[in-house]
Amino acid sequence: MPIRSGFQKQYKKSDSIYYMADEIKTATATFKVTIDNITIDVAPGTSILQAARIIGGDVTPPAMCYYSKLQGSGGKCRTCLVEVAAGSTADPRPMPKLVASCRTNVMDGMIVKNITSEKVTDARNGVVEFLLINHPLDCPICDQAGECHLQDLGYEHGKAGTRYEFARRTFAKEDIGPYIQLHMTRCILCYRCTFVADQITDSRVHGIVDRGDHAAISTYISKAIDNDFSGNMIDVCPVGALTDKTFRFKNRVWFTKPVDAHRNCSNPKCCGKATLWLRGNEVFRVTARKDEWGEVQSYDGKTGWICNTCRFDSKKTSDWTIEGLTQISRHSVLGANKYKTLEMPKETLPAVLKGRSPKLMMNIHNVSEVNNPNIELSAINGPSHSEDFERSAEHVKGAGESTQWGMKK
Amino acid sequence: MARKLLLEKAHVEGIRGFDVYRREGGYRSVEKALKSMSPDQVTDEVKKSGLRGRGGAGFPTGMKWSFLAKPEGVARYLVCNADESEPGTFKDRYLMEFIPHLLIEGMVVSSFALGSHVSYIYIRGEYAWIVDILEQAIAEAKQNGFLGKNILGSGFDCEIYVQRGAGAYICGEETALLESLEGKRGNPRIKPPFPAVKGVWDCPTVVNNVETLAAVVPIINDGGEEFAKIGVGKSTGTKLISACGNINKPGVYEIDMTISVEEFIYSDEYCGGIPNGKRLKACIPGGSSVPILPANLLLSTAKGEKRLMNYESLSDGGFATGSMMGSGGFIVLDETQCVVKHTYTLARFYRHESCGQCSPCREGTGWMEKILLSIEKGQGKISDIDLLWDIQRKIEGNTICPLGDAAAWPVAAAIRHFRDEFEWHVNHPEECLRSNYGLAHYADPIRVPETV
Ligand SMILES: Cc1cc2nc3c(=O)[nH]c(=O)nc-3n(C[C@H](O)[C@H](O)[C@H](O)COP(=O)(O)O)c2cc1C
Ligand code: SF4
Ligand code: SF4
Ligand code: FES
Repeated sequence: MPIRSGFQKQYKKSDSIYYMADEIKTATATFKVTIDNITIDVAPGTSILQAARIIGGDVTPPAMCYYSKLQGSGGKCRTCLVEVAAGSTADPRPMPKLVASCRTNVMDGMIVKNITSEKVTDARNGVVEFLLINHPLDCPICDQAGECHLQDLGYEHGKAGTRYEFARRTFAKEDIGPYIQLHMTRCILCYRCTFVADQITDSRVHGIVDRGDHAAISTYISKAIDNDFSGNMIDVCPVGALTDKTFRFKNRVWFTKPVDAHRNCSNPKCCGKATLWLRGNEVFRVTARKDEWGEVQSYDGKTGWICNTCRFDSKKTSDWTIEGLTQISRHSVLGANKYKTLEMPKETLPAVLKGRSPKLMMNIHNVSEVNNPNIELSAINGPSHSEDFERSAEHVKGAGESTQWGMKK
Repeated sequence: MARKLLLEKAHVEGIRGFDVYRREGGYRSVEKALKSMSPDQVTDEVKKSGLRGRGGAGFPTGMKWSFLAKPEGVARYLVCNADESEPGTFKDRYLMEFIPHLLIEGMVVSSFALGSHVSYIYIRGEYAWIVDILEQAIAEAKQNGFLGKNILGSGFDCEIYVQRGAGAYICGEETALLESLEGKRGNPRIKPPFPAVKGVWDCPTVVNNVETLAAVVPIINDGGEEFAKIGVGKSTGTKLISACGNINKPGVYEIDMTISVEEFIYSDEYCGGIPNGKRLKACIPGGSSVPILPANLLLSTAKGEKRLMNYESLSDGGFATGSMMGSGGFIVLDETQCVVKHTYTLARFYRHESCGQCSPCREGTGWMEKILLSIEKGQGKISDIDLLWDIQRKIEGNTICPLGDAAAWPVAAAIRHFRDEFEWHVNHPEECLRSNYGLAHYADPIRVPETV
């Protein structure tokens, strides 16, 4: 199971994700497609990526730029490259190059290789390396950390070291208004935010200026992005290039508790359904609800975008009707400390030892003073230092009573 | 002396004007096509001629035309690609500057064949003065009834507009060109759909190079079969070569594709040899995007045959020992040239010209440039050479448009054939700043493996 800053799979086959975003077709016939040896039937016009998402799990290529709800998106980042080993039943020739699965439609009898292809793995590792060479790697101070798709991608396909030995690219800072913080150094130029501005807001005032490795998101003449729906750009940004200024540096996302909530929003284009990110009763952040792929969820075939009033100016729990805890994948860091029921971890030692009882050379807990159960660290006033620990033989003796985890039985 | 089809009249006094051009036999092909042929017959002649696209990819033009979708009631467009920005290529400029009516004539006939009533010439922004030349030619053709409404009473209407680019190599890529023509950012489109189905304004479109469209004129005048008689195999007709670098006579030459590379470089009719008695070290035979070849592999193929100036022979041996015809930009390097420096210059060009849409090209081109610069400055490591190889390998084939490949190939070829020069740079960090690796063994005769 890949690790995604994700949410539980929640959609049904009737969801529009089942089809290409831009051409919803009624399924008259179905196409058989095989991805990594798993065969399924899909509607004609389905992309390879969508088909893989229906299968789910490991065979789904990562997608950094494609967004099923944004027309024209995809094809740019190249993380979703797959190998087509057979084009179709009618023309079973393999495709000469790897193809972007998000922008290539399936054909009947197509055979696709994703994780079973060495070429794909190699190319994808290359793409991830390319995406990271100029990335500032400033996760420790980035608000996106924990729900960043580039982090996930790096975790799955990246290497610990870098082969890039040059200064990383920087940009002049640009203020794009009171709600959205732009960190151009983190941008991967997926173009999603420009599609949002084109398709969801009334007018686009930002875009991509310059080209090549100096291309940048900009309003060009430092104009504030001011639009009822501009906040959705934050939700579609896969990285920390666009973050919520009203939430900036207030909290780590994994310390907040996400709950699903709704309100009666007067804006007809706003779906009014959101996720609130709480600590106690304080609403730290409001976002649209996301699906398993990190995309804004659809309701009745309509994408659940939310307006800026809901997002930025409804930060009291009394503004909302809370529905309950947001489903978070167990594998996501966002789920930390949010288990519904407490499960005791199983004792694994007996199974590993298989009845053998080797003699312990040394129990480090017996000699470690830090782990001495007789010392309550929280009772020490100020930062602890060595003088707080009496080096008496008694401690060592007393330590014998401790369990493996430093707690009294 | 080879037969010239395009530039034969280019130096007739006053040929830039309509009257002289017409007196010299201009616009005959428009008369012939519009009065006595159907659009499909024109396309058939082009097919018979075996003409291949002169813009770089060498795709058969007749075939491209027959792929054009023709849905009822939807306009079709012809777009002439005059963006010519490939380093080392300047043949289209020459043609448009000296004999502009040839392009206009070719475009009228081609528009007729394709059913395009509005055709565009997309010209690189730096060719500002040529825009005036072309617009003058268009106005003259219109005045004389070869353009505009009801051309020569045939009922066929056609307008040609010239659109200037704003200085981007990537806008020569056909789909980026169409975006730019529509007034958008010049990003290549993701294919499919191809322009033949959805091109400019979402309508079926054919994009052809200047030289390709000009070649339609002799094809219609003399017939496709006549055209196909010139040249060899799949390299029919004549080809404009823009020769530059260390040669005595840089310039644009019209060749028939049967001459050898050696003859082209050394004969007085063409490049006239290398100045100052220097020896040939390497050559990029088809514009900056194609693989560079060392002297020995340039003059003969790996099989030991003489290499000829045509599509098949230049690509003989694939990328391992061959190169490509490309756009016909012939860049000659003598023994004083440094291949590392050249490769760096090209890498810098591609880094600057990448549109930045896809990650491998956007990031990889910049990375390669930086590594090449450090090797060039004597600050490289041996492992950098392998790293370069790995980077180019990960760009090639993984991008939206062929610019990624075009950036990868020169680096790959330089390392493939000139690895020891790169290593010399690494191992002689001080010396490489003062002197040059020289000719080394790059002109040594190649050993041809015995065939039994
Ligand atoms: C990066 C790039 C730059 C290109 N630049 C040019 C150009 O300047 N002129 C040109 O005719 N074709 C250029 N091409 C090739 C065009 O995409 C296209 O293949 C050509 O215009 C087709 O015309 P033809 O069939 O007549 O050769 C370029 C291609 C790429 C990938
Ligand atoms: S700012 Fe974010 S959404 Fe916009 S292009 Fe950059 S990475 Fe994509
Ligand atoms: S290969 Fe380079 S130039 Fe072509 S689309 Fe990708 S980034 Fe742009
Ligand atoms: S998701 Fe397919 S190329 Fe980015």
